[in-house]
Amino acid sequence: MKEEGAAVAIRASGLTRRFGDLVAVDRVDLEVPSRKVYGFLGPNGSGKSTTIRMLCGLLTPSAGEIEVLGLRVPAEAEALRSHIGYMTQKFSLFEDLTVRENLEFLAAIQGVPRKRTRARIDDLIEQYHFGDLQKQLAGTMSGGQKQRLALACAVIHEPELLFLDEPTSAVDPESRRDFWEKLFELADAGTTLLVSTHLMDEAERCHRLAILDHGVLVADGTPRELTARLSGRTFIVEAAEPRRAQKLIVDLPGVLSVAQVGTSLRVLMAEPAADGEGAEHTCRVIDDALTGAGQQAATVAVQANLEDVFVAVTRRDADQRQQAA
Amino acid sequence: MNWRRLWAIVIKELRQLSRDRITLAMVVGIPVIQLVLFGYAINLNLRGLDAGIVDQANSAGSRALVMDMLATDVVAPVAHADTPQQLMAMIRRGQISIGIVVPADFERRRIDGRPVAQVLVDGSDSTVQVAAAQLAQTPLDSAAPDTRAPATSTPMPPRISVVGFYNPQRQSAINIVPGLIGVILTMTMVLFTAIAIVRERERGNMELLIATPLTSAELMVGKVLPYVAIGLVQTTVILALGIWLFKVPIRGSLLDVYLATGLLILANLSLGLLISSRAQSQFQAMQITFFVFLPSILLSGFMFPFAGMPKVAQWIAEVLPLTHFLRLIRGVMLRGASLWELWPDGLALLAFIVLMMTAAILRFRKRLD
Repeated sequence: MKEEGAAVAIRASGLTRRFGDLVAVDRVDLEVPSRKVYGFLGPNGSGKSTTIRMLCGLLTPSAGEIEVLGLRVPAEAEALRSHIGYMTQKFSLFEDLTVRENLEFLAAIQGVPRKRTRARIDDLIEQYHFGDLQKQLAGTMSGGQKQRLALACAVIHEPELLFLDEPTSAVDPESRRDFWEKLFELADAGTTLLVSTHLMDEAERCHRLAILDHGVLVADGTPRELTARLSGRTFIVEAAEPRRAQKLIVDLPGVLSVAQVGTSLRVLMAEPAADGEGAEHTCRVIDDALTGAGQQAATVAVQANLEDVFVAVTRRDADQRQQAA
Repeated sequence: MNWRRLWAIVIKELRQLSRDRITLAMVVGIPVIQLVLFGYAINLNLRGLDAGIVDQANSAGSRALVMDMLATDVVAPVAHADTPQQLMAMIRRGQISIGIVVPADFERRRIDGRPVAQVLVDGSDSTVQVAAAQLAQTPLDSAAPDTRAPATSTPMPPRISVVGFYNPQRQSAINIVPGLIGVILTMTMVLFTAIAIVRERERGNMELLIATPLTSAELMVGKVLPYVAIGLVQTTVILALGIWLFKVPIRGSLLDVYLATGLLILANLSLGLLISSRAQSQFQAMQITFFVFLPSILLSGFMFPFAGMPKVAQWIAEVLPLTHFLRLIRGVMLRGASLWELWPDGLALLAFIVLMMTAAILRFRKRLD
């Protein structure tokens, strides 16, 4: 799965973190390539934040090995600090300092050379559109503005590696788009980015992706690879009475999930259609079942999206957990 | 220790502080209010204390003595009685605070040079005792020409004896102001730093800070330094008001006063930091602070004399910075001692600072677990 010749920024194996009886992160193996935007996709409580905190040395793993930028974590975490930027999930800058004061503070703390500090801050204020807001207290800004400031502060020392923990959870769609533009600019300039999210459209933008569920890494790859694995398993059903049709389809053998999207139903099969039968066969099976129950229906095969991937891997995982229990 | 990072923390703290109106008001407001309250409460009590009078001699001389005492305005007569026992009952009931007793053999006592009168004092209120001490100084000369030998080069023995009930130990009012510096600094300084780190943890700033190259020593020292300056400002306010309003003397050197105060400030700030590294929330930090503050006030010798306390209480008091500071500041301000002469208490404060600061730095982990 690893791209040939690409340098690796983060490598983790068997990464585990327990909080009492709760296993927040369970034997995660990870390889994050350099200069790419790597996504962590998972619902709340899936262990994304815990994993990120372990990777930047803020939490000690219960078990497992971590190597970030060639440094062993947590043993060499202090040496790592000046090479990484970390944008926390909650806004963590000082709300009672102005935009410029926050930047000045972090420049000094991160050791930006004194001579270059002023120019660097001016640059960032320009790039991140803070021209008129320099003297505004951070606490009085909008969610999107805070986000931008947090990013500007996280990159002030031009880190090689940037951790972003759900950076856009409190931001409107417009600001989110701008924000992602910035992330790709950074990646182009050579920064490795690790972004956690629970939003599918954000996950889709990542170069590579790991899906976490209940602390377990259930899938990883490029978005295209991940969706390709589901070929022949996703269908759209147009039905006159979607709610009733949904109940009928769920009971068909091999159906993993049925979700209503507007007036149509999105069906995910546990297995692709057997060889020689193809997707048409599945379409026919569904149509027959519905017309047999007096429902008008038209089923077509469609391309899988990341949400399908997410449902497919987390369901399988849940089934396994049930069997184990 | 990276000086630039340290300085960045100091500047940041000062900027935040300058925007925090309530804290700023606390910095100056607490000393002014406390000093005025404490100071004037004492001074006002020195006027118009309710007094009961028993004049069993009822001679010209005894009446003149009583009139002289009343003329000081320290006491105002509210009751006359026949026996000292009646006065004591009145004191117990809280009707009067001071009783003046002139015995039947007043004239004879005066000739013999024995105490001629008694001032009974409600010692449950220490300020009353101070007033009684003043009364006892009433000269007898004006009451009647002194018939004793003119050889008065030796100081006259007190001719009026003071009997304090309930609290035989007398404390000088002037003790209050130097002590108040210590009390105010203990209250505000511990609280400032106790909250300082917890607040950043609560607001989420800490997760950002510990992901940077900032070391815990830089963070701790950077947090303490701005408050040292604030503590010294508070000291100056208290001293200025104390001198201006209450004529508190500074008999030792002003530098020694500030040095001693600086030691107390640092001791309290490092204690606050240690609390901060332990407390989970700002509320908890405040609770722990008051847990420390109460014994400081009660055991340090600010309110009750140290010597009179049981051994265990004294041991506890020896651990409190305020105890040592009170000895230092009273020595320097009131007795005119130099800090060097009081080195054991200075050393105790230094040891406290080093211990607390080290513990705080060691306890603070750049980890979330």
